Amino acid sequence: MSLSSAVLEARAVRTRRSLRGSLVVNELRTMFRRNRNLVLLGTLAVIPVGLGVAIKVSTGRHGPGDSGFLDQVSNNGLFLVFATLSLTLPVFLPMALGVVSGDSISGEAAQGTLRYLLVAPAGRVRLLAVKGFALAVFCLVSTAVVSLAALLTGLALFPTGQVTLLSGDTIGMGAALVKAVWITLLVAASLLGLAAVGLFVSTLTDTPIAAMAVATGVTIVCGILQAIPQLSAIQPWLYTYQWSSYADLLRNPVYLSNIEHNLLIQLGYMVVFGSAAWARLTTRDVTS
Amino acid sequence: MTTISTAIATSGLSKRYRGGQLAVDALDLRVPQGSVFGFLGPNGSGKTTTIRMLLGLIAPSAGNAELFGETVDAGHVGMLTRVGALIEGPAHYPYLSGRANLARYDAADRTADPKTRAHRIEHALEQVGLANAAEKKAKAYSLGMKQRLGLACALLQPRDLLILDEPTNGLDPQGMREIRGLITSLAAQGTTVFLSSHLLDEIEQVCTDVAIMSRGRLVTQGTVGELREGLKARLVVTTPDPADAATVLKEHGGQDVRADGQRVDCYASEDLQPDVVCAALVGAGVRVLSFGIERPSLEDAFVALTGEGFDVAQ
Repeated sequence: MSLSSAVLEARAVRTRRSLRGSLVVNELRTMFRRNRNLVLLGTLAVIPVGLGVAIKVSTGRHGPGDSGFLDQVSNNGLFLVFATLSLTLPVFLPMALGVVSGDSISGEAAQGTLRYLLVAPAGRVRLLAVKGFALAVFCLVSTAVVSLAALLTGLALFPTGQVTLLSGDTIGMGAALVKAVWITLLVAASLLGLAAVGLFVSTLTDTPIAAMAVATGVTIVCGILQAIPQLSAIQPWLYTYQWSSYADLLRNPVYLSNIEHNLLIQLGYMVVFGSAAWARLTTRDVTS
Repeated sequence: MTTISTAIATSGLSKRYRGGQLAVDALDLRVPQGSVFGFLGPNGSGKTTTIRMLLGLIAPSAGNAELFGETVDAGHVGMLTRVGALIEGPAHYPYLSGRANLARYDAADRTADPKTRAHRIEHALEQVGLANAAEKKAKAYSLGMKQRLGLACALLQPRDLLILDEPTNGLDPQGMREIRGLITSLAAQGTTVFLSSHLLDEIEQVCTDVAIMSRGRLVTQGTVGELREGLKARLVVTTPDPADAATVLKEHGGQDVRADGQRVDCYASEDLQPDVVCAALVGAGVRVLSFGIERPSLEDAFVALTGEGFDVAQ
C-alpha cells in the first residue's frame, strides 16, 4: 500500500516538475506578462465598471420597460454579469481574442523567433498545440475577467437577493452565482471557434497585423451574414449563430438544445481550422 | 555514401523558390566532424537558404541533406537536438529580459532538463559575456548584445554541431575577438562548427575547412590550406624605378612579371631565391623601398575561383 502511494506521489512530483518548466507554462507566462495583452484584459475589465456606474447614475431617470438584462441590474447586482457578457460577447471579447489569436504564430514569424523555436527544436505540432491551448486559456481568462469585474462592480453598487429567471422562477443568490460561473464557462467556450480561425489565419502570413485584422474582421462578417434573412441556410454554420444560447441557462429547467448546438459548432470549427493550421504549419517553408 | 564522420552531408540539394528563382543549385557539401567549416559566398549566393534547409526550416525542391547520417525531414525534429544555431541574425522577444528569452528557447527544446535550466542559462550568458545584462529587456540591448544573446541561445546545451550564420555581425573588434576565441575553444572540445561569414579574414583565422558558394552553386570545398595552395605566392618589389626592377626580375627567371605604378611583382617560384634577387636589384641601381613575398589570402582565392569581387551580389 505505502509502496504504491509512494510511487504515485513520485509520479505526481515528476509531472509537476516537468510541467513547471514546460513550453505550455512558458507560453502562458509569456502571454500574460506581455503588456499588450494586459492592456487588452484591463480594457475588458473596465467595461463592466463603466456600465455599472452608468446604470447607477441613470437609475430612476428611466422607467421600467427597458429590454434585456440591463433594467434588472439596478434590482440585482448579479445581473450586471449577464448584462456585461451579453454586451461584450458580440464585440469586445472577439476583438481581444482576434488580436491575440491572429498574432499567435504570425507574431513569432515576424519577430524571427519562430525559426529559433523550431530549431530549438520545439517540434511544429507541439508548438501549434501549445499555441492552441494558450488561446483556449485566453478565452477563459478574458471572459472570467469580464465576469469577475462585473460581479464585483454589481455587488458594490447594487442590492442583491433573490434572482428571477427568464422562466419566471426565483432562485437564491448562491444558486445564481453557480449559474454565473457556468455562463462564464459557456461564453468562454463560445469563443473557441474563433480562436481556431485566428490560429489558422496566423499560420498563413508573416504579417501579424494582417492576421489580426482578418481574425477580428471575421466576426463582423459573421454578424452581417446573420442579419441577411436570405442566407438562413448557412447561418446555422456560423460560429456566432448560437452565441446568445448561454442565456438558456437562466431558465428552469435549463433549455439545452441551443447550448449543445453552440458547443457542436465550436467543436466543428476547432477540428476544421485546427487541422488546417496543422496542415499549413507542418508543411510551410519558414523563411522569416 | 555517407561516412560516420560527417556532420553535414548534402547531395544534389536544390531550392527553387515559388518565384522561379533557383537559390541553391545541386549542392554537394561534406562537413567533416570536428572541423571548423567556413561557408563563404557573396550576398545572395544561397548560403542562408542552404542553412535553412539543413535545419529543416524549408524543404528542398530536390536532393537531400543529412545531419550525422540522418536525412533532414523539413518540419520534423530529427537530429536538431544535437544542433545549436544562429540563423540570419538573432531574434528575441523584446518585452522579455535576456534571461527570460533564453528560458523560453530552452523550454521549447523538449530534450532540455528544466532542473538544470537556470544553471545552463547562467553558463551560456557567461560564455558570451552577457551575465551583467541578463535582467535587461531585450529591446534595450544594443546590436552587439543581441548578437551575443543569439549565440547564448545556441549554447544553452552542449551540442555536437553549431551552425552559425555570421556570428560576429554587429560586434565591435573586441567582441569579434572574444567570439572567435569562443568558437575556437568550442571546436577544441570537439564541437563541429559550421560558420557562414562574409569576413574572409575571420574564416581564415578560425576555419580548418572551407566551401565557397557563388550564384547558388558550390564553387569549391576543401581545407583552407588546399585552397590556398592553388594560388602561388608572389614576390613583390616597391620601387621608384619599376622598369629597371622588371628587367632584373625577368633576368632572374621571374614569370608573369607585372608592373603597376611603383609595384612590380612576379610569381615567387622556387628557383627564384629572394636574397639573390634582392642583391641583384640593389646591384643594378634599383632603389628598393620594400621587398617581400606575398602569400595569397582567401580573398584572392575567392576572386580567382569565382571571377568576381567578394561584394558583388547576384
